[in-house]
Amino acid sequence: MKKKVLTVDDSRTIRNMLLVTLNNAGFETIQAEDGIEGLEILEGANPDVIVTDINMPRLDGFGFIEGVRRNEKYRAIPILVLTTESDAEKKNRARQAGATGWIVKPFDPVKLIDAIERVTA
Amino acid sequence: MSYAVKNMSEDDRELIAFRIGDQEFCVNIMSVREIRGWTTATPLPHAPPYVLGVINLRGAVLPIVDLSAMLGMKAAEPSVRHVIIVAQVKSRVVGLLVEAVSDILTIIGDSIQPVPEVSSELEKQYARGILAIDKRMICMIDLDALFPQQESEAA
Amino acid sequence: MDMNEIKEIFFQECEEQLAELESGLLKLNDGDRDPETVNAVFRAVHSIKGGAGAFGLEDLVAFAHVFETTLDCVRSNRLEPSQDVLKVMLKSADVLADLTNAARDGGFVDESRSRALVKELEALANGETPAPSVDAPKVVAKAPEPVQAAPPTDDSGFQPVPFSFDSFGDEEAEGEGEQVFDITFRPRRELFSKGNEAALLLRDLSRIGEMSINCDIDGLPALDAMDPEDSYFGWSISLKTKKAEEDVRSVFEFAEWDCELTVKAAEAAAPAADLPMVPVPFDLSALDEVSGPAASADVSAAQTESDASKMAAAAARVEKKETAAAAAAAAQTATTAAAAAGQTIRVDLDRVDRLINLVGELVINQAMLSQSVIENDNNGTSSINMGLEELQQLTREIQDSVMAIRAQPVKPVFQRMSRIVREVADMVGKSIRLVTEGENTEVDKTVIDKIAEPLTHMIRNAVDHGIETPEKREAAGKDPEGTIKLTAKHRSGRILIELVDDGAGINRERVKQKAIDNELIAPDANLSDEEIDNLIFAPGFSTADTISDISGRGVGMDVVKRSIQALGGRISISSRPGHGSTFTMSLPLTLAVLDGMVVTVAGQTLVVPLTAIVETLQPEATAIHSFGANQRLISIRDSFCPLVDVGRILNFRSVQANPVEGVALLVESEGGGQRALMVDAIQGQRQVVIKSLEANYTHVPGIAAATILGDGRVALILDVDAVVSASRGQSLKPEMSLAATG
Repeated sequence: MKKKVLTVDDSRTIRNMLLVTLNNAGFETIQAEDGIEGLEILEGANPDVIVTDINMPRLDGFGFIEGVRRNEKYRAIPILVLTTESDAEKKNRARQAGATGWIVKPFDPVKLIDAIERVTA
Repeated sequence: MSYAVKNMSEDDRELIAFRIGDQEFCVNIMSVREIRGWTTATPLPHAPPYVLGVINLRGAVLPIVDLSAMLGMKAAEPSVRHVIIVAQVKSRVVGLLVEAVSDILTIIGDSIQPVPEVSSELEKQYARGILAIDKRMICMIDLDALFPQQESEAA
Repeated sequence: MDMNEIKEIFFQECEEQLAELESGLLKLNDGDRDPETVNAVFRAVHSIKGGAGAFGLEDLVAFAHVFETTLDCVRSNRLEPSQDVLKVMLKSADVLADLTNAARDGGFVDESRSRALVKELEALANGETPAPSVDAPKVVAKAPEPVQAAPPTDDSGFQPVPFSFDSFGDEEAEGEGEQVFDITFRPRRELFSKGNEAALLLRDLSRIGEMSINCDIDGLPALDAMDPEDSYFGWSISLKTKKAEEDVRSVFEFAEWDCELTVKAAEAAAPAADLPMVPVPFDLSALDEVSGPAASADVSAAQTESDASKMAAAAARVEKKETAAAAAAAAQTATTAAAAAGQTIRVDLDRVDRLINLVGELVINQAMLSQSVIENDNNGTSSINMGLEELQQLTREIQDSVMAIRAQPVKPVFQRMSRIVREVADMVGKSIRLVTEGENTEVDKTVIDKIAEPLTHMIRNAVDHGIETPEKREAAGKDPEGTIKLTAKHRSGRILIELVDDGAGINRERVKQKAIDNELIAPDANLSDEEIDNLIFAPGFSTADTISDISGRGVGMDVVKRSIQALGGRISISSRPGHGSTFTMSLPLTLAVLDGMVVTVAGQTLVVPLTAIVETLQPEATAIHSFGANQRLISIRDSFCPLVDVGRILNFRSVQANPVEGVALLVESEGGGQRALMVDAIQGQRQVVIKSLEANYTHVPGIAAATILGDGRVALILDVDAVVSASRGQSLKPEMSLAATG
């Protein structure tokens, strides 16, 4: 059975890269363009893992993660943060919001898949 | 001395022959898109006398040229008996009004001869060679030379 | 999809982000202090940087990075976006656009310019930072005070890593020999609330070496005291691996803040059995099954049985509650907004164009069908007629809908203009503000694409010649900063674009003298102010005493007028000396269809664009007056208007028709006043599909384009302005480019 990944990123470029990378690695991929859409899609999607950007319009990554964690069904789903911001302060905020781990952009396909493998069974 | 046969190549082997008055001409079959009957053209203001006007060819506006008048012969009096050869000349499509299409020819060997030097400047411009088939004389027309690009790009 | 396609998407996205960036900066420039505006600006640059990094576009990354750093200072209120700051930022946006273009198309970017801007940007970022160090902000990043916390992106941390799909399977070089680590790992409850899983961490650890595990269950309380949310287990692991200690630690990278972890190299290869704990067999194989987490450790089992309210409380942390509630509320409103904004899809332009062509054919076909039914319908079968009317209605609606697909706001073109104003104003040392209005006015994409060039020329002209130098303006009692206003609006089925400057206006004496010198008008010509102003559109007319580098370029306003006319548009100028000039352009909303009046002239059917016609009238013999050798005037409500025989002008007949037997179309042409065009009869009004004559033939003087009528025949569309010009004595000659006679 394919693992399902929900990606949330406002950049079309990054969305396409994620799609290609994840599909090549044998994942099923569903995508959202910002936090709001991410929360909307989440409900019916039943992903195994979420990969999200931080800087997004409407609802940013922090808000999105908090929203996911508030959802009874997804309180324990692994969430990886995809961000160029590698400094401790941002990471810490993401963790407080409930992020499981992070991937530093520009991501390298191997590291992305590695990180996903690491947090999923 | 004679003029050489201009720019002959392998794909010039199949030709469409047609009649204007008592003369026969031919063009490369590759440049002919279709042959259709005459329909009344809408005249264009300030056009040269050999431009009969434009017709609707499945949504595109197609200019019709009286080939006879263009080659310096008697102007045609278009009728239902005339046909229009729709030809591709570079990026444009032109309708050539002729009296009748007579033949599809395949050139074998060296049946094509150079244009003799008696020709006037006009004939030198468009004639690529002469074919002798069954005592008929057929002049091969170079459409690219007859419709030089700058004429149509005057705008 | 391959990398090239994604790269293409990236550049498309860059264009959108650059537009977003510029419009955001301009909003800030106008005093907008909405945090979302600043965020959007920041995100635009951030996004470009992110994508550029993935493609290894280092120049772009480097510049975007510095830009982003400075923008972050604005975002976090450490830098006030004053006019001066925004000036630097707008210039930076221009350079970012240049770098993007260079990355896509090759070519060069003025390096001195970008380097100078990098310095300015860095100075801005530093200027507001209370400087314990004179160094760049990255140094401050390590400072302990969170207030001074620096840009979110640390210079050292961001390295463009060119992205490649081929890089799977790269093996890292392994360490020298094997080593044994003693690891103790005790997760805290937070670890689970963040979606981490102790069992998975242990699995990953097992993958880098050979290990033995002991589970420490000493902390496990009695069942009734157990909190399903809490963590009670600890593990001691002995791991034999070739990896280094940091690799071992990196397994716990995501979890290290939420657990107690010790990793130390064992003295020797100490056998795991020596550990002073009761070995509890721990089966990791279950993890390889899909059902993994639930089936494995007790902790996981406990979690699945969790108490809902407690879990929710753990997830939404107490100190976050307010934020969370706010976010939820925000989410709600944003959802509504999104629903209102609607969804969009991206479609290849070719597909839309193909659809438009097909609909065009459908319109023609429908008209042909209607006509032949009318011709053959002797007994008036009303049901057929009704059906045809409905078909006509539907076709018209389909056509309108299809046209709407191509409609785009003029915004991108207007935005380009603001850059031109900035650059040219800088070059000539003027201070000019561009105000735009009606940016969301929509018009067909082809029209948008084609107005950019004439508009650019006009803007350059306005900056270079229209607006005075600050000194001259001050001397004239004006604001030293000039204003150029660019507006777009819809008016009666056309788009109206106005360019207003508050400069010196047209110097009529000079224009008139120049026109006399160039023999455009007779020395004794008696021209109205309006006519003099419009002389600047005459071919080859240039008012600048010296051809300037900016608006000279060997082309004049005649070229602008010609391009506008080629689009079926009109342009005129009005000017008030000392107060400025107004250029007004009126353009069709689409280049595909036109509302026309179908008329008969000398046995031919012609279409006259409806927008040009002011009124139609049936001339009475008493209203026609001969004037001079062969001019005729028609009197309309006390004024005299020249009569123009269309058939004569187009050479469709050799003698003038008798006006009383025909119909006069009163038309207004740009800057030329009114004329009465004589035609033989009016057939009706109709929307026609515009067909190019140039595609297979050439431009025909006096004719704007062609169309196909209901009978399947081609009809010509009259170029009213050209016909009016020709009536003023300028002849319609095939050799002469028609529009140039304007």
